[in-house]
Amino acid sequence: MPDSQPPFPLADLEAGREAVIVEFKAGRAVTSRLASLGLTPGVRVNMVQNYGRGPLIVTARGTRLALGRGEAAKILVERGNHA
Amino acid sequence: MPDCHAAVAAPERTRLAEAGTPVIALAGQPNMGKSTVFNLLTGLNQHVGNWPGKTVERREGRFDLNGRQALLVDLPGTYSLTANSPEEVIAREFILREKPDLVVAVVSAANLERSLYLVAELAALDAPLVVALNMMDVAEQEGLRVEPHVLEAALGVPVVPMVASKAAGVRELLTVAERVLNGEQAAGPRPPEVRADHCQILAQIEAQIAPHVPAPYPSSWIALKLLEGDAEVTRLMQASMPPETWEAVHDILRAHDDAFLAVASGRYEWIGRLVRAAVTRPRVGQIGLTERLDRWAAHPFWGLVLLAGILGLVFWLTFTIGAPLQAWLEQAAVAPLAGLAAEALTEVPFWLQGLMVDGLIGGVGSVLTFLPILVIFFAAFALLEDVGYMARAAYVMDNLMHLMGLHGKSFLPLFLGFGCNVPAVMGTRVIDSWPARLLTILIAPLVPCTARMAVVAFIAPAFFGANALWVTWGLVLLSLLALVASGALLNRVIFKGQRSAFIMEMPLYHIPNLRTIGLLVWQRSIAFVKKAGTAILAMAMLVWALSYLPGGDLNSSYLARFGQFLEPVGRWMGFDWRLTVALITSFPAKENAIATLGVLFGVSPEAGLTELLAASYSTATALSFLVVTMLFIPCMATVAVTRQETGSWRWTLLSVFLLLALSMAAGAVTYHLAVWMGV
Ligand SMILES: Nc1nc2c(ncn2[C@@H]2O[C@H](COP(=O)(O)OP(=O)(O)O)[C@@H](O)[C@H]2O)c(=O)[nH]1
Ligand SMILES: [Mg+2]
Repeated sequence: MPDSQPPFPLADLEAGREAVIVEFKAGRAVTSRLASLGLTPGVRVNMVQNYGRGPLIVTARGTRLALGRGEAAKILVERGNHA
Repeated sequence: MPDCHAAVAAPERTRLAEAGTPVIALAGQPNMGKSTVFNLLTGLNQHVGNWPGKTVERREGRFDLNGRQALLVDLPGTYSLTANSPEEVIAREFILREKPDLVVAVVSAANLERSLYLVAELAALDAPLVVALNMMDVAEQEGLRVEPHVLEAALGVPVVPMVASKAAGVRELLTVAERVLNGEQAAGPRPPEVRADHCQILAQIEAQIAPHVPAPYPSSWIALKLLEGDAEVTRLMQASMPPETWEAVHDILRAHDDAFLAVASGRYEWIGRLVRAAVTRPRVGQIGLTERLDRWAAHPFWGLVLLAGILGLVFWLTFTIGAPLQAWLEQAAVAPLAGLAAEALTEVPFWLQGLMVDGLIGGVGSVLTFLPILVIFFAAFALLEDVGYMARAAYVMDNLMHLMGLHGKSFLPLFLGFGCNVPAVMGTRVIDSWPARLLTILIAPLVPCTARMAVVAFIAPAFFGANALWVTWGLVLLSLLALVASGALLNRVIFKGQRSAFIMEMPLYHIPNLRTIGLLVWQRSIAFVKKAGTAILAMAMLVWALSYLPGGDLNSSYLARFGQFLEPVGRWMGFDWRLTVALITSFPAKENAIATLGVLFGVSPEAGLTELLAASYSTATALSFLVVTMLFIPCMATVAVTRQETGSWRWTLLSVFLLLALSMAAGAVTYHLAVWMGV
């Protein structure tokens, strides 16, 4: 699978799909909290629940996390087989 | 790769057991079983207070460490030690300043990768460390095999496998703790290194700041926190350094403001190496129980239905078990006791008899009969918290909270408010942004607390019989509507529609631990009984005295005069002076409304208060009284913590006046509407 697709917001990842975090667009305070819960660049996230509106649930590093849609929109991910 | 930490010598530790009582700190991320371990060791022998100057709960307890006493301090549960919240600052300040003889870090074997993040931070603090590898049973269920001794070798600190909920591994933990305290076993961890690309910069910063770092802080740790952009440490160093030197450091930091992610990634790389070594069989891909339950519990529609159902069930339990039990206690204990006391006290002066019979037994006794109701509430909420449901409630409430410019996490303290508004106001600390927190504090008193529900549970059945449950539901709904409406309005007017970040862990569902729940219920019940024995007792005595003085006749007493003075206002809502007085005396504690009525009507062996009330007031008046009680100004304790948490009388008074106006308006409308409809 080629991963030529440009990075897109985590909020747009469909339920059941996986992606890898490439970048945070959020401020330092939010990024710091995301990191302490396991979300750092390069980590693989799995979208568990995403109904297109409202908050969503992801898993990363074996942890289930609830994120607001606004927060998820500021996390850029890409599909593909990173390590 | 240069080793950044080779130069940092471990400091001498001389405080060890010589003071007699070793101090052991318990650290861990939330949901790792920290409280379970704490309760297991200290049992009922624990003290709950506050951290100095903060409203974060501080638990400590004594326990027997193989024949000698040790002090166990439960640090706040935090994901990291970066100053994102007061909890994180408390945890690290305690370790750095108080220098506990041992830090026990509770981690989950089923979630090593995430839970070792805190260990990575703890390792940088040079405290003797033991890792309690908890949740071994969950790991096994998920097909994971974790090798504690491999982890131990890789970490350089003792690792003790545990299943805290089954009390497995406690003895081993104590043995290891003892050996470390006696210096028989090494517990100095190897901290993670910063990624190579930031190693030089870190060394540079450390060299610049080292002469200025104030007392208990290790300069390597301060340098690391500066690089992470930690707000507290940045402020500390700015204040401790000459401006020019600080400028130089600040320039380096500015040039590397992305370093934070490098530090975090470095920690996860360190963790990755540990996990790869220690986990010999990875998780088998399976859809777990949590996944399946969340399809319902976290569903945008069914999740709300479930939440409403759960709340309904709690209230239903209250009415079918709690309320009859309460009524029975009143009939079978309070009334006969009052009769007995009246007979026994015929010799003493009349005022003393009145004080004992009407003030003490009638007032405090009536309040204490609510204990069964409160225990049901406390148990229900402790159970929901323990099984892991609370995070789901927050999640499904996120959309609704958006109406008020808040997010799901604000629902957690509000949920707590159903028990008592005081912890609700204090619990707003989980909210990350100040405007969101302030808004939550302002609307929290609109959550009907158990004390108010107790008043409702007492009065509603007397007037509405079988329909009492529906009336109660309506009152709860009315309060919540008032809450959403006030929240939306305040957000528009005062906060101009700001929003904060919603980031929350969804813990796995657990089989509830009866010990944890039991302890919580016990502690909260004791707190209530203490309140009844002090604040409520004092109030009941005062009310009785005011109803007796000056002439010994109720209808010409000070209390009657005060109530009659305010009666014109009370009339708008259909109250006579007694209901007006009851409402006023509910300020020190909401349950006082009942205690006051108990005193004013006088409890006798023939008729309980409920019958007397039903005979004295119309249904419209009762309904209006219930509405006002639900929305009335927050109790004294809530006002006090509001002042403490907001640090401002302006916000506190706003909260009081908002509710005063709201409750009186709602009461007047209810009364006249009810009269007009011929209720
Ligand atoms: N299966 C299992 N559950 C546990 C274990 N230790 C604690 N728990 C449960 O995990 C949940 C969270 O525990 P708690 O002590 O409140 O976690 P804390 O947030 O770290 O204080 C509770 O339901 C406990 O009963 C364990 O070793 N195995
Ligand atoms: Mg806990």
